Amino acid sequence: MPMNRDDSASHEAASAPGEQAAPAVPSGPSIKIRARDINVFYGEKQALFDVAIDIAEKSVTSFIGPSGCGKSTFLRCMNRMNDTIPICRVTGSIEMDGEDVNDKSIDPVVLRARVGMVFQKPNPFPKSIYENVAYGPRIHGLATGKDELDAIVESSLRRAGLWDEVSDRLMQPGTGLSGGQQQRLVIARAIAVGPEVILMDEPCSALDPIATAKIEELIDELREQFCIVIVTHSMAQAARVSQRTAFFHMGRLVESGATDEMFTNPRDSRTQDYITGRFG
Amino acid sequence: MTDLPLTTTTASDRARDIRAAVESRLKIRHASERRFKLYGQLAIAIALGFLVLLLGRIVTQGASTFVVHSISVQVPLDPARIDQTELEGVNYDLMVADAVLAKLGEKDDDYGSKSEAIKDLMSPDFGFQLLNMIKADASLIGKTVTVSGPLRANADLYFKGEIKRASPEEERTLTNQQLDWLDALKSSGVITTGFNIGFFTKSDSTEPEQAGVLGAVVGSAMMLLVTAFLAVPIGVMAAVYLEEFAPKNRWTDVIEVNINNLAAVPSIVYGLLGLGLFINTLGVPRSSPLLGGLVLALMALPTVIIATRSSLKAVPPSIREAAFGVGASRTQAVFHHVLPLAMPGVMTGSILALAHALGETAPLLMIGMVSFVPGVPTGFDQAATVLPVQVFIWENASERAFHERTAAAIMVLLVFMILMNAVAIIVRRRFERRW
Repeated sequence: MPMNRDDSASHEAASAPGEQAAPAVPSGPSIKIRARDINVFYGEKQALFDVAIDIAEKSVTSFIGPSGCGKSTFLRCMNRMNDTIPICRVTGSIEMDGEDVNDKSIDPVVLRARVGMVFQKPNPFPKSIYENVAYGPRIHGLATGKDELDAIVESSLRRAGLWDEVSDRLMQPGTGLSGGQQQRLVIARAIAVGPEVILMDEPCSALDPIATAKIEELIDELREQFCIVIVTHSMAQAARVSQRTAFFHMGRLVESGATDEMFTNPRDSRTQDYITGRFG
Repeated sequence: MTDLPLTTTTASDRARDIRAAVESRLKIRHASERRFKLYGQLAIAIALGFLVLLLGRIVTQGASTFVVHSISVQVPLDPARIDQTELEGVNYDLMVADAVLAKLGEKDDDYGSKSEAIKDLMSPDFGFQLLNMIKADASLIGKTVTVSGPLRANADLYFKGEIKRASPEEERTLTNQQLDWLDALKSSGVITTGFNIGFFTKSDSTEPEQAGVLGAVVGSAMMLLVTAFLAVPIGVMAAVYLEEFAPKNRWTDVIEVNINNLAAVPSIVYGLLGLGLFINTLGVPRSSPLLGGLVLALMALPTVIIATRSSLKAVPPSIREAAFGVGASRTQAVFHHVLPLAMPGVMTGSILALAHALGETAPLLMIGMVSFVPGVPTGFDQAATVLPVQVFIWENASERAFHERTAAAIMVLLVFMILMNAVAIIVRRRFERRW
């Protein structure tokens, strides 16, 4: 069911009058995350304005937009990573499976186990490959006994497509791997906790094209099990890996929808300008 | 067509101009680079020069301490001279002196002036050795026993060239006759030269030849133990809280400023604080390693906190994000990832703070650690002395022989510090990880 522009406008009028942001209604799969009226402030400065978006289950949604447009900030709202920044304040509601993640009853520690995150720069712990993957399951008590933990580590590394490359050196430091391998290790670390959503903040920006291709392939495989949200600066990457795309500009969600539609037929002139390379 | 060659000419002209300008500047740039390199080398040379001067002075002054001239004498324990009812009252020193005179083939005159002169050369320790032997085994009376040990400091100084025969007799502490005797004893092999083990196995004494640093070394070690056990855990925990947990508000700013100020407070002020708080209010025993350790812990605390905070700050935020990202709590992120990564910096900072505390003298003077302590401290609440204070005490002593010991004690203190710094480096290497 293709999205109707009037629909979104009417919804916006109800929640935040005057705002252009359009909540995306995914056509096929069910909605995993539903965000409404998200405003983020860093001290006095407002970074996000009334963002409203729906993110679909078991698909890849990409956030694009020029630097400083707020796409990473919004990504970090979804696992409450912004809580760690003292001056950051978030208003609005983000519902995951109908539950508000900003609710007092939600412990960010539990939330972050459900919403894994991969960062721009590969950041494995300066410990062994095994320890990197085993850390999450261990602190959450997901494995009873060494065998079970070993199994989790192996399956996570396999799903991250890294097992064959590192199975013979699990006890060597994770920081000794190449950039692309480190990023896949970090993905394995996120998978190991058994998350429902994986957030990726420009996961390939520090990688060469070959490593990037591998990560993209991996993302394509992972979307069968997870809801993936990826922030990217590369429109080609957004086009390649994502089913849905959201375009952010100056702290506002300008447009969101099916990726192929957005790249071929953008509704907003700013989106058009950005994807055709006129600014950004 | 006419335009084209013209523009290329101006373009190449321009390129040539630019190159000429760059080249003329290049000379100046290289010259200034050379100049700054020279300044740097000069600064290092001056610093090294001072260091060599300082160390050279200490070593040349103190090295002679490690050589000692000892004598070994067979003393016949004449039963007629030993009153068994009152062993303490026997003039053992005279017996030793007579034995030495006998060895020299001399006879004491009626006034006993020769034996008096010999006594001046022998350490009073020989008398105590005899007393202890007889006390332990009364059957020794009537037999001949051997006592041995260092010569008295003046005699020792003569062999080390500090007292010269060439200087006028009335200006030196030893007479010509005493010097003759010493030479005779030396050439007959009764006086031997050896390594001064006693300096490391004995504690302070009023007699320079009997004085050693053991008590001070043990006192320093015990005091540092107290300091380390207080300052390091408290300092690290305070730093972790301030850096990782505390909200950034006016109160934490005030605390931060105050910690930085405390690091710059003159150490003697901590001595006053220790005097008022620990001795007068809390009744901690005066002059004890516990008291010294408490005061120095107060002094080292700000340094440990600052060093820990800066090494926590140096841990890349990506590590914290990684830990939060997999659902670690703040405590888990700090104690599993951030603190272990900061550990080399924490350990180096702490050990340097402790090394600084080790060399501290002024606050210890305020809390009465500047006292004559002739033994090794047996407990944390017992009177003790520490190395820098020992240096201070010996430097103030009037006997000349204490002065070489002052330099030697400084050398021991420096070795102690070098060892601590070496440990800091090893610890740093061990804990250091790439990320």
